[in-house]
Amino acid sequence: MKNILILGATSAIAERFAQRYANQDCRFYLVSRNQIRLDNVADDLRVRGAKDVITESLDLTETSGHNHFMTSVIGRLEHIDIALIAYGSLSNQPACEGDSELSLKELNTNCLSVISLLTLLANVFEKQASGCIAVISSVAGDRGRQSNYIYGTAKGALTIFLQGLRNRLDRKGVHVLTIKPGFVDTPMTQDFKKGLLWVSPKSIAKGIENAIKRKKDTVYLPFFWRYIMLIIKFIPERIFKRMSL
Amino acid sequence: MKHGASWGRYPTVEQDTIPLYWRDQPLPDKPSMLAYGQGRSYGDVCLNDGAVILPTANLQRFIQFDSDKGILRAEAGVTLAQILSLVMPKGWFLAVTPGTKFVSLGGAVANDVHGKNHHRAGSFGCHVSAFELLRSDGQRLLCSPEQNEDWFKATIGGLGLTGLISWVEIKLKPITSFHIDQQVCCFANLEEFLALNDVMERDWEYTVAWIDCLAKGRKLGRGLYMAGNHADDKELAIKTIDEPALTMPVDAPGFLLNRYTVKSFNTLYYQKPRKHVSNVHYDSYFYPLDKIAHWNRMYGKRGFFQYQCVIPMAKSQHALSQILQAIAKSGQASFLSVVKKFGENLPPGLLSFPRPGITLAMDMANRGDKTLRLLDQLDEITMQNNGAVYPAKDARMSGLAYKSYYPEWQTFSQYIDPKFSSSFWRRVTSSTGQQ
Ligand SMILES: Cc1cc2nc3c(=O)[nH]c(=O)nc-3n(C[C@H](O)[C@H](O)[C@H](O)COP(=O)(O)OP(=O)(O)OC[C@H]3O[C@@H](n4cnc5c(N)ncnc54)[C@H](O)[C@@H]3O)c2cc1C
Ligand SMILES: NC(=O)c1ccc[n+]([C@@H]2O[C@H](COP(=O)([O-])OP(=O)(O)OC[C@H]3O[C@@H](n4cnc5c(N)ncnc54)[C@H](OP(=O)(O)O)[C@@H]3O)[C@@H](O)[C@H]2O)c1
Repeated sequence: MKNILILGATSAIAERFAQRYANQDCRFYLVSRNQIRLDNVADDLRVRGAKDVITESLDLTETSGHNHFMTSVIGRLEHIDIALIAYGSLSNQPACEGDSELSLKELNTNCLSVISLLTLLANVFEKQASGCIAVISSVAGDRGRQSNYIYGTAKGALTIFLQGLRNRLDRKGVHVLTIKPGFVDTPMTQDFKKGLLWVSPKSIAKGIENAIKRKKDTVYLPFFWRYIMLIIKFIPERIFKRMSL
Repeated sequence: MKHGASWGRYPTVEQDTIPLYWRDQPLPDKPSMLAYGQGRSYGDVCLNDGAVILPTANLQRFIQFDSDKGILRAEAGVTLAQILSLVMPKGWFLAVTPGTKFVSLGGAVANDVHGKNHHRAGSFGCHVSAFELLRSDGQRLLCSPEQNEDWFKATIGGLGLTGLISWVEIKLKPITSFHIDQQVCCFANLEEFLALNDVMERDWEYTVAWIDCLAKGRKLGRGLYMAGNHADDKELAIKTIDEPALTMPVDAPGFLLNRYTVKSFNTLYYQKPRKHVSNVHYDSYFYPLDKIAHWNRMYGKRGFFQYQCVIPMAKSQHALSQILQAIAKSGQASFLSVVKKFGENLPPGLLSFPRPGITLAMDMANRGDKTLRLLDQLDEITMQNNGAVYPAKDARMSGLAYKSYYPEWQTFSQYIDPKFSSSFWRRVTSSTGQQ
């Protein structure tokens, strides 16, 4: 049996991910703030064949609770095969520009609190010397842009942290996966006008499962974002600074 | 506002889209809303021009499955395809299924859909044991044949107008195989069809016939009869697909479907040598069209109409030959024409379409006024013979016709949620719809 820990289990991407594993002899440990919705997700996974589903409602952005939380996870799971970190918030850039407190809060949600959890998780995985730590970052972290650089900063820092972590844990047999989705049609992006580049959370979930199976380091989802971001990163700064992306 | 259309791609509307994600979510505060499932209705029952639709595709969670008793509860956006993938390996099947599995539970209830086993099983609503109805004032009504019975009846076949169905509980039927034993035979005319049907219905759970709409004179009403039963070969392990595979990427040019191409298609189909008895995969028996996603694009940009009516038994032979004659005379070929006898089961919904009689369904390319005139003519025949037309497949019937087919519409009106409406409902009940 596989043990899968999902932080931010009510995220649309995380939910579709869990559904893919539900009939593969798995036990889930699901965490998010909203207990009712966690129960909705858990019931669904049970019907789809999950062996066991544990839920815990917790605000993961409150880092003071992390030690206690990790102890209880270890107490109940013993071994973690996959840990997926999926929670996050698409920061309101203009609002952040006028409010430094808000900017810091967003950085905490999307980066600092995740680093805090990863620090604890890394030690667990290092000790068990196996398993996969998969974290949803974003293409937004590949280059700072005026339209969402608070969110981009958080995801960019997270990406760099994961590089370091991978470098440390690879030799211990632990797989660290950085997931960089492009535009995904989920509640987070509900108010955006959707065009050709948009994909469903279901297809992202499939991409994550594949990347875990193939032990990829970093995966762009869908794949073409690798090339889009290559071009975007390639534009010289003196030109880029005048563009409005 | 976004451009919208249903399966028939006619009419097209401008509407806002507010997707729903969780069943505990309150409804948005909008003056005019309508739930939207998979948009597999052909006309405007799932459209809300100038207002808001609430896509339910993300309400895709299962809630409970009793695999001993075959009772499944799931959110209303779950599709029949998703249900089959879950329940078939455990030996269960849908008690009633329409000709495509890419419809949502909510949509199946709101149109009270029927399948090839109507003569035995009745409509989809006959197998619904409960659902939750969310009203715009925040009320959540648990509806079942015992509880809130009047809301239960109004919502089954209620065209989405009574509020949002958030989850549905259905009773499944046991099977022991993925396969269907199929028998195909020919009939020469409507009279033969009726006689054949009487015999076949006794032994076959699923029955349906295909009619050659272009045959005239002595050949009028010739066709193929296709009967099926669940096989008993204990084969439950085949992989199922829960999303359409091949796509029809572009619109076919309109000229592809003229009278001659359809005629040769129909003749070919009729003459195609067929094994009389065969054992086929359930997908190819129940959902032949699902193999090609977006086959509706075959009709080109102007879209197409479906006409599906039911005529009471006593008048069926007469009325159907009138209808077939009118179509043959107009030269407006129908690509697919299907006939089936509905059983005596009384429909569970106040506005359900299925009722005892013979139902005929056909596609027709949209050739503008000419097609609309023909369809009006067919309505005349249906009205004269106390029949009814299926709203799920309609984009053009007049208010007068609707009210004659569904005299219960006024009783039904009191159950309509004040903040729910549809393009269809406004069309058939507005004062201009009177003439
Ligand atoms: C190839 C094909 C074959 C078909 N064969 C058959 C057949 O054999 N028999 C048959 O009966 N029909 C048949 N149909 C029609 C189809 O089954 C119905 O139109 C069905 O209702 C479509 O479901 P949907 O999820 O796409 O709903 P939509 O078309 O999106 O909506 C249909 C209605 O349901 C309402 N609705 C949807 N979800 C909810 C909800 N959660 N709460 C409240 N109201 C809701 C909508 O407001 C609308 O009024 C066929 C259609 C196709 C394309
Ligand atoms: N959607 C996209 O286009 C896209 C693109 C690239 C990357 N991503 C990333 O993908 C991940 C999943 O996102 P999604 O698109 O699936 O979004 P989603 O469905 O909206 O889910 C967001 C999740 O984050 C949690 N959350 C939201 N705000 C929070 C906050 N302030 N504090 C703590 N938790 C919060 C929510 O859980 P509760 O409210 O239940 O606690 C929810 O589980 C995120 O990390 C996101 O940054 C998304």
